[in-house]
Amino acid sequence: MFARNLETIAGIGIYPLISLLIFFGFFSVLILYLVKADKQAMDRSSQIPLQINETSETSDQL
Amino acid sequence: MLIERFNYDNRIVRNFAIATVLWGIVGMLVGLWAALQIPFPGLNGGEYLSFGRIRPLHTNAVIFAFVGNGIFMGLYYSLQRLCKARMFSDLLSSLHFWGWQLIIVLAAVTLPLGMTSGKEYAELEWPIDILITLVWVVFAINMFGTIIKRRERHMYVAIWFFIATVITVAVLHIVNSIEIPVSLTKSYPVYAGVQDALVQWWYGHNAVAFFLTTPYLGLMYYFVPKAANRPVYSYRLSIIHFWALIFLYIWAGPHHLLYTSLPDWAQSLGVVFSIMLIAPSWGGMINGLLTLRGAWDKVREDVVLKFFVVAITAYGMSTFEGPMLSLKNVNAISHFTDWTIAHVHIGGLGWNGMLTFGILYWLIPRIYRKDLHSKKLAGFHFWIATLGILFYAIPMYWAGFTQNLMWKEFTEEGVLRYPNFLETVTQLVPMYKLRALGGGLYLIGALVMVYNLVLTMKAGTLNAEEPAEAQKLEKLAAEPAGHWHRWIERRPIQMLLFSTVLILIGGAVEMIPTFLIKSNIPTIESVKPYTPLELQGRDIYVREGCYTCHSQMVRPFRSETERYGEYSKSGEYVYDHPFQWGSKRTGPDLQRLGGKYPNIWHYHHMIDPQSMSPGSLMPEYSWLAENDLDISSTPGKIQAMQTLGVPYPAGYDQRANADLAKQAASIADDLNKNGAGIESNKEMIAMIAYLQRLGTDIKAKPLNGN
Repeated sequence: MFARNLETIAGIGIYPLISLLIFFGFFSVLILYLVKADKQAMDRSSQIPLQINETSETSDQL
Repeated sequence: MLIERFNYDNRIVRNFAIATVLWGIVGMLVGLWAALQIPFPGLNGGEYLSFGRIRPLHTNAVIFAFVGNGIFMGLYYSLQRLCKARMFSDLLSSLHFWGWQLIIVLAAVTLPLGMTSGKEYAELEWPIDILITLVWVVFAINMFGTIIKRRERHMYVAIWFFIATVITVAVLHIVNSIEIPVSLTKSYPVYAGVQDALVQWWYGHNAVAFFLTTPYLGLMYYFVPKAANRPVYSYRLSIIHFWALIFLYIWAGPHHLLYTSLPDWAQSLGVVFSIMLIAPSWGGMINGLLTLRGAWDKVREDVVLKFFVVAITAYGMSTFEGPMLSLKNVNAISHFTDWTIAHVHIGGLGWNGMLTFGILYWLIPRIYRKDLHSKKLAGFHFWIATLGILFYAIPMYWAGFTQNLMWKEFTEEGVLRYPNFLETVTQLVPMYKLRALGGGLYLIGALVMVYNLVLTMKAGTLNAEEPAEAQKLEKLAAEPAGHWHRWIERRPIQMLLFSTVLILIGGAVEMIPTFLIKSNIPTIESVKPYTPLELQGRDIYVREGCYTCHSQMVRPFRSETERYGEYSKSGEYVYDHPFQWGSKRTGPDLQRLGGKYPNIWHYHHMIDPQSMSPGSLMPEYSWLAENDLDISSTPGKIQAMQTLGVPYPAGYDQRANADLAKQAASIADDLNKNGAGIESNKEMIAMIAYLQRLGTDIKAKPLNGN
């Protein structure tokens, strides 16, 4: 199917394999990072929207 | 520690909020009107206000005007706070705001005038396309400027979604809008047929992905935690959500073209990636909903959270349904029916609409320093809107199934049980009326919101310059030891480049082979370029928005070849700039229309459709018999086609009008012999010439090659 359309290009067979490896590799590394990620750093990041730095009295008190 | 004082710009947020509400009402009103035009064809208001022109107005208004302004409203509010910085430039903010409103006004004028490129959700003509590009660049500079001068080292996940949106929308818009201008108000896309279809649905699908989804996910990741006053359920999940979503979404476009003449491998890629999309989409939905864990008691009290819960649930529903619709066997049922319409409105009314309303109810009281005028009215809005969505969607699902079952039903003798297409449409009229009721309820809710917000704004005063303070961001002496992802989370430009690479991979892999490899679109020798008169007729077909109700794509099903004739081949469309495959059959497919009826039938059918097809829902097109055909444009159009590789002989642009006159005279003669009484210089003649040409090429001679 896919390979048949592309078979006129020399050595094309390697391309889907490279794509798969990039895809698989990227997400493997990403998941590995997230499993090992520092819990405090994650918590700090997720708190960013809740920090209040407006000095006017009304914000977030409604 | 150096504390800096600065002001948040709430005026620009307020301006976008007003624009959101205003265009939302307009877009919904136009939608309601279009919905009523189907069961009541008398509501088609002549040349400028017939369904084919009103429907693109509706889709453009709700997508780019309502949701577009909604994105900018939420983004300008949240980005400033997430970056602890004022927007980069007040001038750019203002240019962005007024530029975007100018685009909307131009769209509202040009679409009813019939100035359209004929590609769904990208109908606007080339001068407006250029304006969109310029305004988008202004927006991008303003956004990246703000991110670069931020006072918070970490870029919160919402900002990543904003970055991916800015870059991908730019890429989509530019690639899909490459066109050759013929005049100020008319252009031809450089792509033809199958290639144009692939580019268009790569764009169309990713307009859903990167205009209606990713920016709204950014808003979800900011406003849901804000309204619930607790952090997002899992920040880890949000990181996976982001990368997986932008990587996978870009590949899914071909699922709009299943069973068409698009090469099989591209269809299969679209299916596979669409199925994979369930994972990140549901990850995001779960992340949004679970943010409310332990706060569900608040949902009972807080109308903002109610809107958010329905919005996120609708996101989950449509992102489950989307992959299901991408399965070829399901798509064979759903495609070209009202099922698709139901699906997009779960997304549009549910996800985008409800999230926007929630944000408005949360945001306006804060920037006006005044409690919401009436919580009770907001509660009423919530319930009537939810009810409206149900009243909209359920009849459309019903209609979709009904129509498809009727299309595909055969008698025991092996012939179509409903050979007359019209029967399968008139059956749906009650459903169309109920749908309009649903839309009406939703609109009433939105009007109640306008009243509520206006009174809130009147009672309060805009806190235009909201003072804030934050610590200046010092340059780090050395990069702290950490992971590469931590590194990219602080770097907007690298994030931009990385996201761009990811989205380009998907687009390139699908498009380049379709463009470069000849065997993907087998040529058919008997397929010839349109005659000048047919070309002019085709442009009228595009102008009138016929593609909003008629497809030109016979799929290889027995139920379709029985009804319409030979299934469509990719080689038949090589001269179609733009392609007109359509996505919905409120009327029958027209691919094999040529030669099916005499000229005089078309003449009467255009002037009064009900006279030829009693009970037809088609609008009348009597102005085609009155308007003179503008033949001064013929040489320019032929030249443009030659530039695009259509093999008209050299110098044909100068001879084209002579051929045009000859063909027009013969059609007019035939019509007049049958008592029509029409001159040969009317638009009607060109339209009939085009309709009679449709799909006839392959009948002319046996197929050559494939």
